[in-house]
Amino acid sequence: MRRGTREYAYWSITILLVLAFAMLPVLWIVSLSLKTPESVTDGSFIPHHWTLDNYNALFQGGFTNGPFLHPLVNSIAIALISTAIAITLAAFAAYAIARLDFPGKTVILAGALAIAMFPAISTVGPLFDMWRSIGLYNTYPGLIIPYLTFSLPLAIYVLVAFYREIPWDLEQAAQVDGATPLQAFRKVILPLAAPGTFTAAILVFIFCWNDFLFAITLTSSNSSRTVPAALAFFTGPSQFTAPTGNIAAAAVIITVPIIIFVMIFQRRIVAGLTAGAVKG
Amino acid sequence: MAEIVLDRISKRFEDGFEAVKGMDLDIADGEFMILVGPSGCGKSTALRMIAGLEDITDGELRIGDRVVNQVAPRDRDIAMVFQNYALYPHMTVRENMAFPLKLAGASKEEIDGKVSEAARILDLGQHLDRKPANLSGGQRQRVAMGRAIVRDPKAFLMDEPLSNLDAKLRVQMRTEVARIQSRLGTTTVYVTHDQTEAMTLGDRVAVMRAGVLQQVGAPAELYGNPVNLFVAGFIGSPAMNFMPGRLDGETVHLPMGDVRLAGDARERAAGAQSGQHVIAGIRPESFEDASLVSGDVRDRGFSFRTKIDLVESLGAEKYAYFQVEESAVESEELRELAEDAGTAEVPGAQEGQVVARLESASRVERGEEAELWLDTSKLHFFDPENGRSLAAG
Repeated sequence: MRRGTREYAYWSITILLVLAFAMLPVLWIVSLSLKTPESVTDGSFIPHHWTLDNYNALFQGGFTNGPFLHPLVNSIAIALISTAIAITLAAFAAYAIARLDFPGKTVILAGALAIAMFPAISTVGPLFDMWRSIGLYNTYPGLIIPYLTFSLPLAIYVLVAFYREIPWDLEQAAQVDGATPLQAFRKVILPLAAPGTFTAAILVFIFCWNDFLFAITLTSSNSSRTVPAALAFFTGPSQFTAPTGNIAAAAVIITVPIIIFVMIFQRRIVAGLTAGAVKG
Repeated sequence: MAEIVLDRISKRFEDGFEAVKGMDLDIADGEFMILVGPSGCGKSTALRMIAGLEDITDGELRIGDRVVNQVAPRDRDIAMVFQNYALYPHMTVRENMAFPLKLAGASKEEIDGKVSEAARILDLGQHLDRKPANLSGGQRQRVAMGRAIVRDPKAFLMDEPLSNLDAKLRVQMRTEVARIQSRLGTTTVYVTHDQTEAMTLGDRVAVMRAGVLQQVGAPAELYGNPVNLFVAGFIGSPAMNFMPGRLDGETVHLPMGDVRLAGDARERAAGAQSGQHVIAGIRPESFEDASLVSGDVRDRGFSFRTKIDLVESLGAEKYAYFQVEESAVESEELRELAEDAGTAEVPGAQEGQVVARLESASRVERGEEAELWLDTSKLHFFDPENGRSLAAG
């Protein structure tokens, strides 16, 4: 038992260290967001004067004139739309790749991987020019399209791995039972691949939610600017004060949805959903 | 219900491997047909072609007068039980069984009625709302059966449905399958590698080897008149003993001595020329402890003395093993059988070892000499060149 206790202590300390390392910056941001502008630079972890002014300032001016509310709505809408499209397309593509033997399959997979690894910075210049000439600059589709380019390969990869785990017999059983290929996919494969679908969805959503590069380059106003880009345009109460508190408050607010999102779906990301399908 | 006709069916895979070669098989309406053979003989591929899960390279497949080569599985009106059951894990037992009916657009009352009926037949009533993960192997197997029978299809296809069960449950379910099939009277094609299942379940049995159909017939016919070495060695447990011999009129020279043929054995040697070398096949049950055979019967057979190497007592019967000399029988088919049984690498397993199945009252002892009796009407003869039976015609 002694050894067990020591091991337990060892792991506890290690986990605490890792947690502290990961959580300190987050807590620091939370602390900053609750400080008054004068005490932002005082260096103390616990604010001397607690205030919610930074949060209130974000929502002043409402949807049309405020610095934050419209970008927040944009962020949510663009991330959700991109995720929905990416997952729908990826589900079909991944299913075909996992199940069918067709010419060019390896090329597609290799191509997807290559695109996912492509440095985004090298595409923003051409995109900026193209979007301006075809009218996609500063629009939702103007952001959604490049997001799909980079998130689809990721989603396809995740889903292919999950689909491959599902016994092929299930699908054939469904076909013999009278299902069309689409019914077999919808009623048997898709429910079983749910954990994979949610995993892919979370990854895609976070990718779109976090993006700064495309958002700052391809938008010019709050009508389609997302929060990460909007933060860069925050101004302080006067020309000479940095909007540190407001940025911190906005950062806290956009972190919360991600945490909620992951909390909701992590329960569904459980292994063993296919237990009992076939004798193992 | 319908008959299923395989007309010169072939399957060649993309890598060029020919799994099924020109298979002809007529399965009558309501018949229980067994496809049996060692692993890799093409029996599962044949079944999957009937199901529509595998394309047919060549030949014609008809289910109830309709050519179905190009018909999708869902339009063939067949139900299949998979080796690993393939239950839908996210659905309850009830939903699993209702799935084919729902897809067919049946009304709710009809679905409820048929599912409860199937559950009653299969004794699944109290498990209807459980998920497959919480069921035992036998229960899962029954759900898979249930999903097949609710639809009242033209035919059942079963791909080694019992091979994942433990031995005791397998025997139980075997009876169950036979009971359900005879009750529903649905045409059934059943694939197995277990010759016991084949013998006990089928109206007729089709033995396959390397993609080629060897013999089709009632179990008793396969047992009594195997057309070649392969069928002879595959059907029956313990397997038939093979030894070299030479036919000389109505006498055969066997390693144990010269045996005069009697009864059916004469007909089985009718296709041989006098003086021809043959492979003689003797079923273990054709032997008996000579002391247990009464006088007049004893005179009709052949008695010989041999040293018993090993005795296995199973309670109801005893297996006695002994050696015969100069008995290395060379045959491609026998080698394949040995490989499938896993005895190919066991030294001495096939070389001249003979097993005799004796009554439990027999007093033979390991290492002692004993007198055995052989029923000379039960010998089989095969051509050493091609392995075919030497029976006339």
